[in-house]
Amino acid sequence: MSGFSSQELLAIFAMQGFAGVSFFSVLLLMALGLAIIYGQMRVINMAHGEFMVIGAYATYLCSITFGALPGMMDYYLFIAIPIAFGSAFIVGYIVELALIRHLYHRPLDTLLATWGLALIMQQGFRSAFGAREVSVAVPGWLRGSYRPTMMIDIPLNGIAILVLTLLVTLGVWWFLYRSRWGLRVRCTTANRDMSGAVGINTKRVDRITFALGCGIAGIAGAAFTTISSTGPTSGSLYIVDTFLVVVFGGAGSLVGTIASAFSIAQAQSLMEFFLGSSMAKVLTLLTVIGILLIRPEGLIASKVRR
Amino acid sequence: MMTKYTKLSQLRRLLITGIAALPIAIAMSSHVLAAPPTAEVNTTGLAVTDDTVHVGILHSLTGTMAISETGSVEAEQLAIEQINAQGGVLGRQIVPIIEDGASDWPTFADRTRKLLTQDNVPAIFGAWTSASRKAMLPVLERENGLLYYPTFYEGLEESPNVIYTGQEATQQILAGINWAWNEQEARTFYLIGSDYIWPRTSMKIARIHIEEVLGGEVVGEDYAPLGHTSFGSNINRIRLRRPDVIFAAVVGGSNVAWFRQLNAAGINSENQTLLTISVTEDEVLGIGGENVEGFYSSMKYFQSLDNDNNLAFVEAFKERWGEDSVIGDVSQAAYLGPWLWKAGVEKAGSFDVDAVSAAMADIELTTAPEGYVKVHPNRHLWSKTRIGRWNEDGQATVVWESDLVEPNPFPEGYQ
Amino acid sequence: MNIMNSLYRLFQGRHGSLGSILLLAIILMVVMPMMFDIYRLNLAGRYLTYAFVALGLVLCWGYGGILSLGQGIFFGIGGYAMAMFLKIEASDPVSTSIQSTPGIPDFMDWNRLTELPWFWVPFNSLTLTIIAVLVLPAAFAYLIGFAMFKRRVSGVYFAIITQALAVVLTILIIGQQGYTGGINGITDLRTLHGWDIRDDSARYLLYYLNAILLIGCLLIGRWVLNCKYGRILSALRDKEDRVRFSGYDVANFKIFIFCLAAFISGIGGAMFTLQVGFMSPSFIGIVPSIEFVIFAAVGGRLSLVGGVYGALIVSFAKTMFAEAYPQLWQFLIGAVFIVVVLVLPYGLASVYGRYGRRLFTPVKDWFSKRKANSSGASAGLKEKRS
Repeated sequence: MSGFSSQELLAIFAMQGFAGVSFFSVLLLMALGLAIIYGQMRVINMAHGEFMVIGAYATYLCSITFGALPGMMDYYLFIAIPIAFGSAFIVGYIVELALIRHLYHRPLDTLLATWGLALIMQQGFRSAFGAREVSVAVPGWLRGSYRPTMMIDIPLNGIAILVLTLLVTLGVWWFLYRSRWGLRVRCTTANRDMSGAVGINTKRVDRITFALGCGIAGIAGAAFTTISSTGPTSGSLYIVDTFLVVVFGGAGSLVGTIASAFSIAQAQSLMEFFLGSSMAKVLTLLTVIGILLIRPEGLIASKVRR
Repeated sequence: MMTKYTKLSQLRRLLITGIAALPIAIAMSSHVLAAPPTAEVNTTGLAVTDDTVHVGILHSLTGTMAISETGSVEAEQLAIEQINAQGGVLGRQIVPIIEDGASDWPTFADRTRKLLTQDNVPAIFGAWTSASRKAMLPVLERENGLLYYPTFYEGLEESPNVIYTGQEATQQILAGINWAWNEQEARTFYLIGSDYIWPRTSMKIARIHIEEVLGGEVVGEDYAPLGHTSFGSNINRIRLRRPDVIFAAVVGGSNVAWFRQLNAAGINSENQTLLTISVTEDEVLGIGGENVEGFYSSMKYFQSLDNDNNLAFVEAFKERWGEDSVIGDVSQAAYLGPWLWKAGVEKAGSFDVDAVSAAMADIELTTAPEGYVKVHPNRHLWSKTRIGRWNEDGQATVVWESDLVEPNPFPEGYQ
Repeated sequence: MNIMNSLYRLFQGRHGSLGSILLLAIILMVVMPMMFDIYRLNLAGRYLTYAFVALGLVLCWGYGGILSLGQGIFFGIGGYAMAMFLKIEASDPVSTSIQSTPGIPDFMDWNRLTELPWFWVPFNSLTLTIIAVLVLPAAFAYLIGFAMFKRRVSGVYFAIITQALAVVLTILIIGQQGYTGGINGITDLRTLHGWDIRDDSARYLLYYLNAILLIGCLLIGRWVLNCKYGRILSALRDKEDRVRFSGYDVANFKIFIFCLAAFISGIGGAMFTLQVGFMSPSFIGIVPSIEFVIFAAVGGRLSLVGGVYGALIVSFAKTMFAEAYPQLWQFLIGAVFIVVVLVLPYGLASVYGRYGRRLFTPVKDWFSKRKANSSGASAGLKEKRS
């Protein structure tokens, strides 16, 4: 690394830091929905990636529809994100009603059933949109980079996703800890029978929570159209990483999920920088597994009796 | 599936013998006119009758590879239909038997065995990934089949049972790098690819060529696992090394993420030259033309090629498969397969695999959409390397083309 | 006494009656070779290698409650061990004379290796290879199992971690192509000690060997389940804490069954390589690993023979349906997952248990009547049994 001025190294350092932060926001946005669902009802949703793809395709459709209108191209994302959330939310609601609620007492079976669901959804996308990846146009103001100095380029879409992630996280926090619904959710998590006894409709709570988790995946899908591929199987690219984030964070803890997404993202992008992507991925996965063995309850354990 | 095609061909036969036979017979050269007796052109029990010949088409119609392989199936079918319309091969209509490899390598081997031992086809057009070709290879050699393989690939193979209609690695890479060296005056290169055999082999060749032949410098080499979606760190590494040219071979879903993030990081054609060997018109559909605009691809074929062969080919393709279809490098190479086989059969005067295989060397095709091609004795094609500059509409403008490049699957000094 | 006891268990146990295993043996050894031509039979042989893994999953998932989404790891280790031996044999100095270093596998030569890496050297010997096939998967499973079960990692966590391990292994194999053959895998395997594994007679022989090994593994599984061990295993699946409080070391039981499942899967992998003629990382990752689970689930997670039928039925259905209706197949297999889990958690075996058995009751009655008639003669034996 000789031949670089300290200024340049600093610039690289800053950009590399942002690469990690950007990866962190991607992981967190994906993991949030999964973590809520897992924390609430111990269901691992293997179709989470496909809910993300619902959001992505919803965004794709929006970009086509609104892209045709003059002057709307730059702002369609603001419409697309709520639509992506809504469509994933509705599908999630239906799936819970038809499938998941029958399986709450058999967590391993949900894993299989949702895998089957994922296959069906993938084929559904393929039949509806074709097997090829589609290209979602990125609004002009999200392209390119922000240059605070001559040497630093911060991707604008990275910043946008970061902001979105923070907003969604805040929203989830508010929902869980400040709203009446959140109180019910936390009640049900802590003691399902007692919650039922005091008049909380636990089934309804489950349904809303599941649908909400799926909706957040939809938002992730909308956001990811700006940075990666949109195709029938795009969701599966994230799924292993996301599971590990949730499990590593300690089930059901919002703080834990954030901490775990942050540490995994930073560790991986740092290693990527020095060792290359393949080795970084392998080492990150192995480290996470290793830590999980030492601390099976994850980074931050939820204090719930099971 | 077979019955369907047989029926179709009966209809065609009627049509052709009834209506088209006269003008065709006049137009075609003498050996077609007197379609030679089957016993003469088929001494090895192949699926050849007095007026039909069955061939195999073996690609993934389902599974993860289906996206990539569909174009090849379409091109091969188109070629076969066109050949049939011209009177077929040695007076026999070609009937394709389409099998599905299902993106599963043992299935490719199984289907190959089925095509060769049950259907007795004289030729198979198919395979896309190297892994599927490698799985088919032992069966082809054992049952003595003939495969026309369309994909550009890493080389390091020269089987008597395969005709490689795509480029081997050096044909795609060396001329491309020379172009960057001469035209762009690039002296430092950064190599990045997906982590598997084709990019790794390609990068090995590129590195040797840059460092030992040209005397330039490779300032970095990076591989991302298949399906990788966050390229932030890789892009920073590139930034740190400040290469004149980024030489890329990223594939699949990663390809989209790679170009989108590159663009977002402020690296675009205005401040960086990028040459890739993994982007064709097919890939641009998913990446988005605005994200590759101004970057370069090194291929032998682009849909926008401006010659009469290609204009006719593109028109026929769109008429057959829809106005929206795009044609990438591999689809064109797949299209060559049936035509080359036809030429081989006619040169050998026989459908027998050994005879056709022996006749393949030095066959020329002047009607190829990519222009003139010729089969090398090592069973690869002589072909040109072209550098295309991508436009926002997803088409490329050819900015440079080489002379015919000799295929060299075992490049001396590059291993 | 002990021998009598084990014999009794072998023939009379609760899990997987010997009759059903016998029926399966007849189907595999007599019916299928008669019905199928060599092409189909070879296909069936390939599917039967998946049945090994399904069988292992019945043991560790159905009975032990341990769902592993990484069984491809063990299938792969077994398969790669066998492939390495065959590849070394196929790469003799004569047939690789065009390489810059003759006598090593071609992909090593392309990656500028000049000698066999150390971990390839043992695979020069067939004996060591067979030992590796039998021991390595179980040893690796022991490592994973020891680390996890001792730390009481279980359930969903275990499933996710094994899945991640399968991903790690796939990335490593694809990335280290000089040592592993990369994404293409280890291909072009021809002979086993000079015996051509690709001609028809070899295919028949391998098919039968495969079937015999499978029946053997079934019997082992059945024997294990009918031991006292099998009952404790089911108990800890249903109420782990109780078993622990009763003084058993739960972890050791889990480790054992997980290793057994890996051992059986490894044999399947080796047979796969022999019958298909190559091995590649696409049989290790997430997708194949989950496919193995669906085989076990469709067949019936509590039925040893069910796993075998599951593997055969799903695979054959896939071959036939996927060709004719590729789109429909994806929907169908997804629906099968859901229906099996929702409606038929114990798979096809439970359908048989509910309805099929009635078909055989008249036969059984007849047998028991005859038994009653001749009970005087065998009274002594019966006493011993009790």
